[in-house]
Amino acid sequence: MTSALVDSLRKGNRLALSRILSQVENGSPEGLAALEELFLVTGSAQKIGITGPPGSGKSTLVNALARELRLREPDKKVAIIAVDPSSPFTGGAILGDRVRMLDLQDDKQIFIRSMASRGALGGLAEQTQALSQVFDAAGYSFILIETVGAGQSEVDVVDLAHTTIVVDTPGMGDDIQSIKAGILEIADILVINKSDRPGADQSASHLRNMVEMGYAKRSHAGKHSLQDFSEKAAEELSSEDWIPPVLKTVASDYEGISELVDSILAHAACLHQSGKWRVKDQAAIRATIRHQLIAGLLKDFKKNVPTEQVEALVAAAQDRSISPNEAVRRLLAYNRSNILESSE
Amino acid sequence: MNEKIRVLIAKPGLDGHDRGAKVVARALRDDGMEVIYTGLRQTPEMIAEAALQEDVDVVGLSILSGAHNALVPQVIADLRANGQTNVLVFLGGIIPEDDIQKLLDQGVYKVYGPGTDTGEVCKDIREALKEKAQA
Repeated sequence: MTSALVDSLRKGNRLALSRILSQVENGSPEGLAALEELFLVTGSAQKIGITGPPGSGKSTLVNALARELRLREPDKKVAIIAVDPSSPFTGGAILGDRVRMLDLQDDKQIFIRSMASRGALGGLAEQTQALSQVFDAAGYSFILIETVGAGQSEVDVVDLAHTTIVVDTPGMGDDIQSIKAGILEIADILVINKSDRPGADQSASHLRNMVEMGYAKRSHAGKHSLQDFSEKAAEELSSEDWIPPVLKTVASDYEGISELVDSILAHAACLHQSGKWRVKDQAAIRATIRHQLIAGLLKDFKKNVPTEQVEALVAAAQDRSISPNEAVRRLLAYNRSNILESSE
Repeated sequence: MNEKIRVLIAKPGLDGHDRGAKVVARALRDDGMEVIYTGLRQTPEMIAEAALQEDVDVVGLSILSGAHNALVPQVIADLRANGQTNVLVFLGGIIPEDDIQKLLDQGVYKVYGPGTDTGEVCKDIREALKEKAQA
C-alpha cells in the first residue's frame, strides 16, 4: 500500500521528501514502510562520497561541486547529505555545513540535508545509506555525501559511494603518512584543496607517489620510473582500470572544480564500462543487509536476555570470577536457549 | 525510534553579529537538540527553504538590526507558504517592548531579549513541542 506521502514524493513534492527523510532517519514505522517501497525504484543515482580531515574544505568543495554539476547537467537534480558529529555526551549536534553552501540556496533542483551522526563512528550516520536511497528514489541523479571530518579510518563511505573523493590540504603530513593504510586508500579521486597555500605541489606529489606505488605493484612491478608512469599506465593498463587522479583545487574560488567534475563523470563512465558499477551496487546492498542484520540481532538479543542477566555476568567479570569471554559465551547460550523456547 | 528535536537557527537581514545566535545554538545542542546553523545575512525565503529541506520542528531567528517588524512576518509567511504550518518560531535579539505583542500575534511563539537564561529557551521549546504533539 502506498502512503500519500510516498505518492507526493514521487510527484516531486519537496516537503513530502523532507518528511520522509526525517521518518527514515528516525527509524519510525512510517519511515521503514516508505523505505521498503522506495528501495525498489533506486539504483540510478551516482553517489559521490566526500571525505577528509576536519577543516579541509569538504563543505566548500561540495558547494562548488554541486554548482558545477548543475551547470554541466542542467536537467539533473543534485542532493547533498552533510553529516556532522553528535555530541557523545548530550546527543545534541551543531550542523553547520549549510553555512558553506550559500551559493546553492536559490536552486530548487538542489536539496541539502544536514544529518547528525547520532553515535555512529565510521564517518556517517546509521541512516545515511537509507537517506541516499530516498533521494535516489526521488529522482536525484547526483547524491553528494559529505562525511564528518575524518581521520585515518572512518571509511564507511566506500560501502555506499560509487565514487569516493578524499580531500586533503597542503602540508598534512609527509610521504610516510601517504603510504599508511586507511582513508587515502579508499579514494577514487584525491583532491588537494586550498592549493593556493604553500606546499600544494609537494603534497600532490606525495599522493601521486602513493597511487603509483599501488598500481606499479599491481601491474608491472617497478618497471617504469615515476615520471613516465601516467603515460605508461595509460598504455599498459586496460581502459577498464581506474587510476585515482590527484587534483588541486581552491574550492572557495571555484578553481579546479571543472576538472574535478570531469573526473567524477569519467569515473562513472569507467564504472559502467567495466561492470564495476554493478559490483559496487551489489556490495552496497550486501553491506546494508549486514548492518541491519547486526542491528536486528542486537535488538533480538536485548529482547531475549534480561538486563539483570547481562549485569550479573558483567559484575562477575568485573570481580574477575569469570573472564569477559566466558561472560559472552554464557550470554550467547542464554540467548540461544530463549530462541529455542520461543520457537517451540 | 530515535527522534531528535531539530532546530534551525538563522539570522535574517543585514546585521553581522551572530554571537547571540551561536550561544543559543550551543545551548540547544547541550540540551540534546540537533541545531542547523545557516550563517549570516539570510533572506526570509532562504530561511524558509532551509527549514523545508531540513524538516525542522523549530526556527529560531536572531535579529539585532531593528528590522524585525519587516523580516519576521515574512519568514512566517514563507514557512506557511511552503506548507510548514506547524513549525515553532521564536525570536531573540534587541526587540523593543512595544513590538513584542504584535510579533506574538503574528505567530511568534516567544521573544527573548538580552540576558535570557538559555535554559529557559530549551525548556520552553520542549514544552511547546510537547503541547503541539498532544494537540
